[in-house]
Amino acid sequence: MVEAVFQPGGDAATALYIVAFSLFIIGIKQGTHPTTAKRGNLIAAVGMAVAIVTTLLLDGMGNWGLIFLGLGIGTAVGVIASIRVQMTEMPQMVALYNGVGGGAVALIAWSEIRHGISLGEDFPLDELIPVIFAGVVGSVSFWGSNIAFAKLQDLIPTRPIAAPGQQVINAVLLLAIVVICVILAVDHESPSQGLFILLLVLAAILGNLVVLPIGGADMPVVISLLNAFTGLSAAAAGFALDNVALIVAGTLVGSSGTILTLEMATAMNRSVSNILFSGFGGAPSGGGGGTGEEKPHVSIGAQDAAIKLAYADSVVIVPGYGLAVAQAQHAIKEVADELEKRGVTVNYAIHPVAGRMPGHMNVLLAEADVAYENLKEMEEINPEMSRTDVAVVVGANDVTNPAAKNDPDSPIAGMPIIEVSEAQEVIVIKRSLSPGFAGIDNDLFYEPNTSMLFADAKAAAAEIASEIGNL
Amino acid sequence: MTEITIFVLAVFVGFEVISKVPTTLHTPLMSQTNAIHGIVMLAGLIVLGYADDGLEYVIGTIAVAFGAINIVGGFMVTDRMLGMFAKKPKPKASSDGKGGA
Repeated sequence: MVEAVFQPGGDAATALYIVAFSLFIIGIKQGTHPTTAKRGNLIAAVGMAVAIVTTLLLDGMGNWGLIFLGLGIGTAVGVIASIRVQMTEMPQMVALYNGVGGGAVALIAWSEIRHGISLGEDFPLDELIPVIFAGVVGSVSFWGSNIAFAKLQDLIPTRPIAAPGQQVINAVLLLAIVVICVILAVDHESPSQGLFILLLVLAAILGNLVVLPIGGADMPVVISLLNAFTGLSAAAAGFALDNVALIVAGTLVGSSGTILTLEMATAMNRSVSNILFSGFGGAPSGGGGGTGEEKPHVSIGAQDAAIKLAYADSVVIVPGYGLAVAQAQHAIKEVADELEKRGVTVNYAIHPVAGRMPGHMNVLLAEADVAYENLKEMEEINPEMSRTDVAVVVGANDVTNPAAKNDPDSPIAGMPIIEVSEAQEVIVIKRSLSPGFAGIDNDLFYEPNTSMLFADAKAAAAEIASEIGNL
Repeated sequence: MTEITIFVLAVFVGFEVISKVPTTLHTPLMSQTNAIHGIVMLAGLIVLGYADDGLEYVIGTIAVAFGAINIVGGFMVTDRMLGMFAKKPKPKASSDGKGGA
């Protein structure tokens, strides 16, 4: 019934692959602008459909039962997982999807090696090298992403976990991996499958050991980096299979992911190598946290907060991960609505790394129908801060810590912050004085113009909204 | 060398296309590019489609399933995130406009 089968690498298949990756490029391009992003995602999805159908129609394809079994299971899992996931859990979902992508690459590489060996022919180097690269990077990405997922999902502690001499162990592992790669490449006439499997295992251990010592605060950068890695490994698989769609799409993800990673790292004033090779808030700097001594701070209730807000002219809301955890976005929007009814100007200050991923806060606030124009980026809002009457910090911590500016010895020294302490008054809604991800105390809490409202963000916001309504 | 040429050009296209993204869109965009590297499922399909021994069947099927999770989940999650940015119709318009089918 299907006459129109394509020759692998033939003109028709290649033409359709070109259509597919053109749609990816257009899709990514449109994904960079808020008004076109949703359409862009659909365009990329259409491109993917074209690529998949083209591949299924390649001449000589078989094992249809297994192909549809794999497609069926994968589609079902993907659909169910993405419908059930909460908006707060998006970052770990991305980590998980990235992981399975990396896992797929590693498995494909293994299968290619087996297939090549079973043919008993000389393994051409321009095929073997990409396969080895895909196997190693795919395996690192799979395990690294799983650890990132587990950390964000609180399945394992988010704090850095490191064994003594970890750097040495990692270096030895890396060296072993390189040596095995060279042995495999030199012996390309009959590469050993056992050695290749050992390579996958070592890469898996390395993936675990590299991500485990990284603290939760740096996880977005790690996921972004692993995303770029998976893209590159997909491109490598494309080299091995002479598949132009894989080469282009994988490379696009590799280079765009690299840019995104660098942007995130810059926003945190950390270099990527710093993140990978030293644990943020690790053992040495953790001292400041749990000491019994308490510095003086001002604590207020919801009613006081409501009064301060209702009689202000301009209010800036600074959301953080606490808002996401408490699912407080709708309650905060209610507060803003009540204030706007009274003629108060309300804006939202979004720190580039607020939450656990860039854009995390924007997604949550958009869910609560906050207008895009009211979301101000850090560079835009900081000059406005001195003209702001009240800044409300909701579940944010490190991104407002003045120590980043004032204390050169602080572990977060130099990280750009939202300068809330410039505002006339600051209200911090937080459950306790406990430190944030970076594991350091926040000087903001003890400043004279700061009032602490100790409560769950959602409950506090709902209470404030109703108090304002009563005024 | 053709493939290397394609690769290098794609690197630059990736850099160019992505530069100057508002922070707002970083997470959705990362999620979208994440879905796009699910393209590796194509390799899984090819490997499985031409496989001819037991272990290759197993590996290939798992690889295809992994790739499908990556693609389907990735695009759907991105769509959910971006759905939040869609301009919702004003309540007035929706209640008035309900008359005609």
